[in-house]
Amino acid sequence: MSHQTHPELAAAFTADTERTHWHDGALWFVRSKRDRAARSIPEWEQLRELAAGIKAHTMSRLADYLEQFEQNATRLGAVVHWARDAAEHNQIVHRILSERGVTRVVKSKSMLTEECHLNPYLQKHGIEVVDTDLGERIVQLRDEAPSHIVLPAIHIKKEEVGELFYQTLGTTAGSADPQYLTEAARHALRKNFLEAEAGITGVNFAIAQTGGIVVCTNEGNADMGTSLVPLHIACLGIEKLLPRASDLGVFLRLLARSATGQPITTYSTHFHGPIPGGELHIVLVDNGRSHVLGQEKFRRSLNCIRCGACMNTCPVYRRSGGHSYRFTVPGPIGSVLAPARDPKEYYSLPYASSLCGSCTDVCPVKIDLHHQLLAWRGELAAAKVLPWPKRMAMRLAGKVLGRPWLYRLAGRAGRFTLRWLPRWMVYHRLNPWGLQRELPPMPRQSFRQFYRQRKS
Amino acid sequence: MSGKHDILSAIRKQTLPSAELPDTGQVGIRYEDPAAQFVAVLPAVGGLARRVADVAELKRELAQLDVRRQAKRIYSARPDIEPGNVDLAALSDPKQLNGLDLAVLCGEFGVAENGAVWVRCDDVIHRAVHVAAEHLVLIVPTNQIVHNMHQAYQRLSFDGPSYRLFISGPSKTADIEQSLVIGAQGPRSLCVFVLG
Repeated sequence: MSHQTHPELAAAFTADTERTHWHDGALWFVRSKRDRAARSIPEWEQLRELAAGIKAHTMSRLADYLEQFEQNATRLGAVVHWARDAAEHNQIVHRILSERGVTRVVKSKSMLTEECHLNPYLQKHGIEVVDTDLGERIVQLRDEAPSHIVLPAIHIKKEEVGELFYQTLGTTAGSADPQYLTEAARHALRKNFLEAEAGITGVNFAIAQTGGIVVCTNEGNADMGTSLVPLHIACLGIEKLLPRASDLGVFLRLLARSATGQPITTYSTHFHGPIPGGELHIVLVDNGRSHVLGQEKFRRSLNCIRCGACMNTCPVYRRSGGHSYRFTVPGPIGSVLAPARDPKEYYSLPYASSLCGSCTDVCPVKIDLHHQLLAWRGELAAAKVLPWPKRMAMRLAGKVLGRPWLYRLAGRAGRFTLRWLPRWMVYHRLNPWGLQRELPPMPRQSFRQFYRQRKS
Repeated sequence: MSGKHDILSAIRKQTLPSAELPDTGQVGIRYEDPAAQFVAVLPAVGGLARRVADVAELKRELAQLDVRRQAKRIYSARPDIEPGNVDLAALSDPKQLNGLDLAVLCGEFGVAENGAVWVRCDDVIHRAVHVAAEHLVLIVPTNQIVHNMHQAYQRLSFDGPSYRLFISGPSKTADIEQSLVIGAQGPRSLCVFVLG
């Protein structure tokens, strides 16, 4: 069975008009907060330049920095592991846990472990994993994936959370007060923290110069999850490296302001070595990143610090929801990362964009997102992974637009026939373009004719 | 070790243009009075800041805080200001921190642009104190408020094992319909005393 494309899944989402507007509004609210935060910093553009420069430098010497990081992290008492792909990552994490007889784990937010599908892997091997970020816990209890990388439950209404917590946490039926529901989750999660034997976290930044890792949360769940237990496993993609601790000055100033409009997250925790008497394992994951590094057009997508600003601003994401992308990272950045992983599976994503460029404008690390989306369209067409109607239409358009006489002829034919053809012959199944769009009324003369007339 | 070898050689196989590491020394917003800015910013991150002239005033102000008056189990890193009644050395397991009503900790310095306080939690026997406590009080000297994050990192060095962090406001979440709720997993309130 063939997988569903972005337009198909987006159509299902937008079928509920009221919810679509609500979703759009919720994300625009976050985008507006980001704008206010960015404007409060006079040197904002300079920070973006610096961040892009630091990333470009780091990527140009990534192997050296990874080795330096491993050396320093090891010196501090951490154990560094290297995983070529998602499967190896999952095996490493499982081995660390099972060797110590751990069966209960608390996890704080990590898009990497989502990317590797760590939870189902561990659960299959009899290890209970509880996501501790409130939004992540909500989607976990619903047996769903996050629909946004910073706001995992942005697609869910409070009434639905109320119903979910009524069924899973025993809250009062019909209650939808965020304060009450958050309190209920706090109680339940506190129990999970106290019963856990190990904590897994993602990593926002790793510092080559010091061997430390930095984790940012608002809830404090990463601190709680790693400070009550003797075992901390931190999982990160190899692109998370920064050369110096002082580079964090730039990135921590950009991250939260871009993500939610906060000046900084509540907790920005710098882990250097394990908890006294305990263990810290750091798993460095490639999973396709070294390949993207070699692609000149797409390399800058590795600069991403996962702030989600490109999603909040994207007119397509806001109106189609994160799940319509079917990829761990949705929105513009996900639409660039996904086809790099599997072009056949995700060919429709680079088209889930109006190429308006708003994503590029808000990106704190200056990834040229809309250029990359366009470049992907070219790659996918050249690789012949697009469905044949699209390929045929493109080939036809190419032929017509490449021959002025044919273009003139087609224009004349179109102006004549479209005026007289009955509606059902123009708008039908074979014209998906016309499903939600109306052609403009056909003019009597072409632009060429009009121009010639004016000149004479 | 083969995973490491494969990843590093896959990276080294790619030829990337060389790029200089930019200098970040000369950037950063500055304020006329960083301490005043710090105090003004804290409510925006969900916290509360009080300026106190000396230790005597700090003691009086702290004693009047609701969270102090209602607290039964208190840990204090500054016994000269708040005696506290929980001896961390007596707790064999950090999970016994659950139910700690109040923690009073020292901040090394504050950051005016975002209300963050740098806390060296590895100085405390159980490093979870700052997040396990129901309420948190931090004490920062007035002359230790820097303008921005770049200045903050100029002060910091990471040599040995450590567990240190910026704390900006109390634990919070807006994961349910973007409604801000204070007290997600950690402290339900944060009060920073700016001393001197």
